[in-house]
Amino acid sequence: MNRHLISAADLSLDDAVAILDTAEEFATLAERPIPKLPTLRGRTVVNLFYEDSTRTRISFEAAAKRLSADVINFSAKGSSVAKGESLKDTALTLQAMGADAVVIRHGSSGAPHRLAGWVRGSVVNAGDGTHEHPTQALLDAFTMRRRLGRLDGLRVTIVGDILHSRVARSNVWLLRTLGAQVTLVAPPTLLPVAVDGWPAAVSYDFSSVLPDSDVVMMLRVQHERMSDAYFPSVREYSRRYGLDGDRMALLPDHAIVMHPGPMNRGVEIAADVADSPRSTIVEQVTNGVSVRMAVLYLLLSGSREPAEPAVATTGGLAPAGERAMSAAAAEAGL
Amino acid sequence: MAGISETAGPAPARTGSKSVLGPEEIRRALTRIGHEILERTDGAGDVVLLGIPTRGVPLAQRLAARLEQTEGVRIPVGSLDITLYRDDLRLRPARTLGHTEVPGSGIDGMVVVLVDDVLYSGRTVRAALDALGDLGRPRAVQLAVLVDRGHRELPIRPDYVGKNLPTSKREVVRVLLTETDGEDSVTLQVGPEEGR
Repeated sequence: MNRHLISAADLSLDDAVAILDTAEEFATLAERPIPKLPTLRGRTVVNLFYEDSTRTRISFEAAAKRLSADVINFSAKGSSVAKGESLKDTALTLQAMGADAVVIRHGSSGAPHRLAGWVRGSVVNAGDGTHEHPTQALLDAFTMRRRLGRLDGLRVTIVGDILHSRVARSNVWLLRTLGAQVTLVAPPTLLPVAVDGWPAAVSYDFSSVLPDSDVVMMLRVQHERMSDAYFPSVREYSRRYGLDGDRMALLPDHAIVMHPGPMNRGVEIAADVADSPRSTIVEQVTNGVSVRMAVLYLLLSGSREPAEPAVATTGGLAPAGERAMSAAAAEAGL
Repeated sequence: MAGISETAGPAPARTGSKSVLGPEEIRRALTRIGHEILERTDGAGDVVLLGIPTRGVPLAQRLAARLEQTEGVRIPVGSLDITLYRDDLRLRPARTLGHTEVPGSGIDGMVVVLVDDVLYSGRTVRAALDALGDLGRPRAVQLAVLVDRGHRELPIRPDYVGKNLPTSKREVVRVLLTETDGEDSVTLQVGPEEGR
């Protein structure tokens, strides 16, 4: 079994479906009188956050705590990072403390991949630079499957700042694996240069793709990552690429509106759209805890052969064959 | 752990496989267990049957169906997955979860009858008791198993037994059910390895 979750692109169809199915079981937990499981008792999960985050950090913390893991929160502010400690030295400190999993958010793409080579535990990418945010893509897919009943053949339109969006990247790769068709809509300046190589269609005309969308996912314009002027004015951006009530009316009746948060109401999404019954924004947060529980469970609950840390092992979860074998082994179990 | 353990997995060498129960005998055993449940719970008015996946679930459903047919009593049925409460999670790769479904009646104040196919070490039942504790507070918990093969490792005993089957630890009890395996049978095989 592979130990890390670095990229949604590493997940096989079997891995992804296993995570979603496991999350489905965890989703019923919240309705129980005691929404807590003893499964990860004695395991330590470190939340290593070099960038600000509300949703993701709290979500991982809630997920780990519901599984009875011990959680250590580490944010770059107020730690030795502010004194100039390198990622590697921080990693070695965590290693010395015996972290079973490190959930990392970092401003640099590839930081989780590097970290995986330095620590013995599992590394879970909670967003690295403009690269990937795999658990967000998993919770988005989970939300789509719950609302619309399937993922195969689903038409998903992702709109906004694709260039700086790790959420868009992770979603494109995961949705491809799960059989959905992705269309990206953005001003040409906010599309990555290599978008031709992505398994997704591209459009510059938002209104024209709406009638053929089952899901519209709106992204925030990430001003904090922009050093240039990518569009003339916020108002113009909003007019062309924002989702307001009139545009929402172009969607088929069953379609849903998603947003990974944080939202800028009035820019990419109008307030009445964000609060409409089609919007899954609050559900996405709830589902995030179930999906992260599933990821932590699948990465941490099983046996761990004492493997030396190696950069080569930065795949997804277990490959398909191995998973089937482990299921068989579980059934044959003691 | 009893149920899941020796019931599935690749069939060991065919040598020395002995049939213990056939379809007719399984049917009769379940009918008898059903009647015992009725007797011992005064008509099963507040009974909930919870099957332990995988094969405890169809057994619980069969028990409920039998009791409704013959006695006209409707007993709520559900399933209780114990994977997350196992004491051996760290010994093997991550396991796929089964489904837990508690009937609408809930379990608070009810008599919960846990249903499993094989009782062996008792560890599955231990995990099930922990799982129940997180779901509510039953008035009483009882245990029904199709086969009791002995070798308990915990102070646990069944209340209803389809068949007491003395075994050695080297042997493997294989339970097959129509719902999960396409046929009804219980066989005893000499396994190639030490059971546990």
